[in-house]
Amino acid sequence: MTRAGGDALTANTAQPDTAKPDTAHRKELLRQMLLIRRFEEKCVELYSAAQIRGFVHLYIGEEAVAVGVNQALTPDDAIVSTYREHGHALVRGLPLESVMAEMYGKTTGCSRGRGGSMHLFDVSRRFYGGNAIVGGGLPLAIGIALADRMRGAERVTACFFGDGAVAEGEFHECMNLAALWDLPVLFCCENNLYAMGTALSRAQAQTDLALRAGTYGMSAWSADGMDVLAVEHAARRAAEAVRAGGGPHFLELRTYRFRAHSMYDPELYRDKAEVEQWRQRDPIDMLAGRLRNAGELPDDELTAMESDIADRIDASVAAARAAPDEPIEDLTTFVYSPESS
Amino acid sequence: MTTAQQVKTTYREAMRAAIREALQKDERVFLMGEDVGSYGGCFAVSLGLLEEFGPERIRDTPLSESAFVGAGIGAAMAGMRPIVEIMTVNFSLLALDQILNNAATLLHMSGGQCNVPLVIRMTTGAGRQVAAQHSHSLEGWYTHIPGIKVLAPATLEDARGMLWTALQDPDPVLIFEHGSLYNLQGMIAADAGPVDIRSARVRREGGDVSLITYGGTLGKTLSAADQLAADGIEAEVIDLRSLRPLDDVTIMASVAKTHRAVIVDEGWRTGSLSAEVCARMTEQAFYELDAPVARVCSAEVPMPYPRHLEEAALPQAERIAVAAREAVG
Repeated sequence: MTRAGGDALTANTAQPDTAKPDTAHRKELLRQMLLIRRFEEKCVELYSAAQIRGFVHLYIGEEAVAVGVNQALTPDDAIVSTYREHGHALVRGLPLESVMAEMYGKTTGCSRGRGGSMHLFDVSRRFYGGNAIVGGGLPLAIGIALADRMRGAERVTACFFGDGAVAEGEFHECMNLAALWDLPVLFCCENNLYAMGTALSRAQAQTDLALRAGTYGMSAWSADGMDVLAVEHAARRAAEAVRAGGGPHFLELRTYRFRAHSMYDPELYRDKAEVEQWRQRDPIDMLAGRLRNAGELPDDELTAMESDIADRIDASVAAARAAPDEPIEDLTTFVYSPESS
Repeated sequence: MTTAQQVKTTYREAMRAAIREALQKDERVFLMGEDVGSYGGCFAVSLGLLEEFGPERIRDTPLSESAFVGAGIGAAMAGMRPIVEIMTVNFSLLALDQILNNAATLLHMSGGQCNVPLVIRMTTGAGRQVAAQHSHSLEGWYTHIPGIKVLAPATLEDARGMLWTALQDPDPVLIFEHGSLYNLQGMIAADAGPVDIRSARVRREGGDVSLITYGGTLGKTLSAADQLAADGIEAEVIDLRSLRPLDDVTIMASVAKTHRAVIVDEGWRTGSLSAEVCARMTEQAFYELDAPVARVCSAEVPMPYPRHLEEAALPQAERIAVAAREAVG
């Protein structure tokens, strides 16, 4: 099969589909983005109250990426994510209660409390974490895709990672291997312009990441990661090509993290004005604005949506608080499989 | 029962037979690594398998240790049974992140969801004058890691039999093949098959001193036992076989019998597997010991190229025998 390596050079920005997605669908996208936003705002509150601990990497500002890409995936597809994965997990359908319980480290958490914020897993939904070594999830995605390919399954593995991962050796190794073996991987690079506190231009000699990916002989293009419809359109196009046997595809989703790298940092590395400028393109506000302007989102409907989300989040917090801790006697359970030890 | 028919083989052939059998018996099994296909394997272990099983199942990889080891982990999580070959333990350091942070960790970190039924084979050890970046014995490092199992086949039977058992294990297993063993030749039962991967073995019985070793130094240790026997000292030689978990029962039973122990380990002494075995003896068999536990390890230098310096750096039968005589007193 041929590889369209030149795609990156010629089509660096995907244009939103001219066909207007139906209103119900757009409202669903809005609802999903709001769920992620409100979930994480609750996490901030709980962290401040010392209810949850550890690292908590907020996705606030980047919600359109997870929500948009997920539209292109089926339940049979796989997702490999990063430590900034609350959004990916929630849109994948991990129960809100199990994600919140994981934040609390409880037995009812999606990783039985052993993972925490950075290691959300749900194998039944083919959600393979929750990987907190930058770039470390890429080889896993390659392997999952290889297994699918060897068994003739027409599945896609979506692999999320940030711009920071592009500097890792594993990125180079995996782009090459995926292209060499024509593996069904959808690489989703969430370019939020900072690897923790290091700006893209201070870390990468070539800052056009899609251009870079294209040199590996795979189709690669960029999309506006603040516009959920643009993300959805780009992801559908890429995922369909991967599913049809077109080999790996690379999407650069240009986005921005509104909050600190983890819960708090002094943000010495970027201007407040820059953050404010990006906030003007808040993916939730943009979609809600469009719906309102089109007369498709009455105020009371948005209020009801918010209220429903708030109720669900409050219920998840109550359930997590009430859930049991893992017994200390089970500390070393799951180091090895039960049938092996 | 009639004695099983014996056939002549080498360690290399036994390993190849094990891989071939695994590929025949389980369609989920595939072999992946640098030069395992067209080249036939850096140590010729997989010679001929590409022709027999094709490029989908005998998969040559680019020089991308982290990517192909990680791909093995991902494929294992997704239901395959990969055998990943890393050319030598020295190169495995390029994949250490995947082995430690993913293979060994995913099951626990995911609350029991993501087991990784992966086998990683690699060569280890010195003795071929290939200097400081191709000669080290780093398997002891890997024994530090909970979540993986570490094996060291030292005999033809173990080269033939450990792989299949390792592939049945739901968790990651690392197999260390000492480079000096591939040409080891001998007789093996024609129907030799899977062996257990949990227990240590008494390779020679004796009542005066326990010599505890594994992998590439088993032969040297047995030679030392022969030298000692000529002096009337009967050494018991224990082959650890499984380096993680360690078979404490067999080790301590031998110490309880001989009351003296020498540990032979090609790794560097400091922070080594030999240190771990020694510590367990003091914890579990302190009052059985009639002499300090001795260790014969590699000199703490990067392995030098010239033969005489390499030999001086490595445990040798003579040094093992000297240490045993001192222990016996």
